[in-house]
Amino acid sequence: MNWLAIRAIYSVEMARFFRTIWQSLASPVLSTVLYFVVFGAAIGGRIQSVEGIAYGAFIVPGLIMLTVLQQSVSNASFGIYFPKFIGTIYEILSAPASFLEIVAGYVGAAATKAVLIALVILVTSFFFVGVHIAHPFWMVAFLILTAVSFSLLGFLIGIWAKNFEQLQIIPLMVITPLVFLGGAFYSASMLPPFWAGVARLNPVLYLISGFRWSFFDLADVPVGVSLFAVALFLLAGLFAVWAIFRTGWRLRG
Amino acid sequence: MPSIIEIRDLSKVYAGGTTALSEVNLDIAEGEILALLGPNGAGKTTLISIICGLVTPSAGQVRVGGHDIVSSYRAARALIGLVPQEISIEPFERVINTLRFSRGLFGKPRDDAHVERVLRALSLWDKRDSMNKELSGGMKRRVLIAKALAHEPKVLFLDEPTAGVDVSLRREMWQVVRELRAAGTTIILTTHYIAEAEEMADRIGVIDAGRLKLVRDKTALMQEFGRKRLTVELTGPLDALPASLEPFELALSPDGTRLVYSYDTRAERSGIARLLAAIASAGLSVRDLVTEQSSLEEVFLGLVEEQA
Repeated sequence: MNWLAIRAIYSVEMARFFRTIWQSLASPVLSTVLYFVVFGAAIGGRIQSVEGIAYGAFIVPGLIMLTVLQQSVSNASFGIYFPKFIGTIYEILSAPASFLEIVAGYVGAAATKAVLIALVILVTSFFFVGVHIAHPFWMVAFLILTAVSFSLLGFLIGIWAKNFEQLQIIPLMVITPLVFLGGAFYSASMLPPFWAGVARLNPVLYLISGFRWSFFDLADVPVGVSLFAVALFLLAGLFAVWAIFRTGWRLRG
Repeated sequence: MPSIIEIRDLSKVYAGGTTALSEVNLDIAEGEILALLGPNGAGKTTLISIICGLVTPSAGQVRVGGHDIVSSYRAARALIGLVPQEISIEPFERVINTLRFSRGLFGKPRDDAHVERVLRALSLWDKRDSMNKELSGGMKRRVLIAKALAHEPKVLFLDEPTAGVDVSLRREMWQVVRELRAAGTTIILTTHYIAEAEEMADRIGVIDAGRLKLVRDKTALMQEFGRKRLTVELTGPLDALPASLEPFELALSPDGTRLVYSYDTRAERSGIARLLAAIASAGLSVRDLVTEQSSLEEVFLGLVEEQA
């Protein structure tokens, strides 16, 4: 195992994050504050509670998940796309490092950034609403598993993308709608039966449900199913990256 | 010298059907400088890219330091440093950090003393804390070489190292390459500048249309394929060649004052003595004699045109 290669990639990616730490943190924190103001205070003022939880607190896991998914995908996709764009990818591909080591460096850094931002948002939420975390261990576990899984997805997008437009299109057109329709701001049980059924086809629903369970001990789907869904997503991502490195698709001639 | 790179029946056919390399066989000795010459699209960069792991071969085998580049890719790649043709460098990183990154990527622990030696050798030590984007084109090229040397490779690939750089920088690069060779590094370079190969290489390989046409010791190549010219300057102009000089197949300059005699360097006898005797017998008086050897460029062009 080339641990030094993993560390080299991870360190460079984290250094980029810390170089622009204020932009990296300010944007998601500001967005979250706006969500709290709009959904928590303005709209939430008219919704007393959801399944016994104050609406402002109810949306906290969904808001964190929204940011984690967006940050994981964008950080990982940019992380691998940028070397492709400027041509420095040659060095990564010619290094004595396996696909797993390269992925561990990029995905590890992207997931770390997403988790750090998520924790900052969690702390920010304490200023607006009272949040109690029922299962702290599982909260962290869901957070890390989701960050890693979606960083893998971002890594795949970064390899697939041929230009910056393609780099943006999946997060904008797929991830954000899935999060909004996955119960970030409501419980699936609030939907009419038909749409509740449709919502269950959305993989993000399982992530948000599991994460919300770790906060409030209530979920749209059993927590075991949520864990299984995250694990499945993680394995699918790993398999796809392995296949890409094996075939060299969009990486090697 | 033992071979540090062994290439056997290497072929590459791209997905579109283009054959970039066809059954290439080549051994590269440890410590030598091999220059790969060839026209655009000949397959030079594909060959380098396969050895470095950037392109997947369609058939054949490559071993670096005895390690197969596919089954033992870690050991093989650890021996290789690559300087690409394009200036590809992280713009917002500091010079010294880019070298540390390269070293770590190749599995070597941090060694600031080695990084300093490399930066000093390439006259970059003063720029170690500069951001890459602040450097001139020539300095960026040197940073690329420094990055390739950061993990102490035994083999260095230089893909068009002096493409687009000015004359003084080119000479500076040549000096760097000579110093690397003196330190025992095997160097394989591709170049469009034949003067570069002539100046630096121990051996020359000529690639055309994906095939390795020949690999020869540079001096032997020049002797084998090169021709020499003897120019005889006369004291007075001639209207036509005397009949007694016709067997020498001389060329008469337009002003009639110079006779040009071409001869094969491999021939047992050059025929110069007989020519001079014949000139004297024809009653011509000689002002001066000049000999010239054909350049590698002429040899290269001759070879490529001959094969075409």
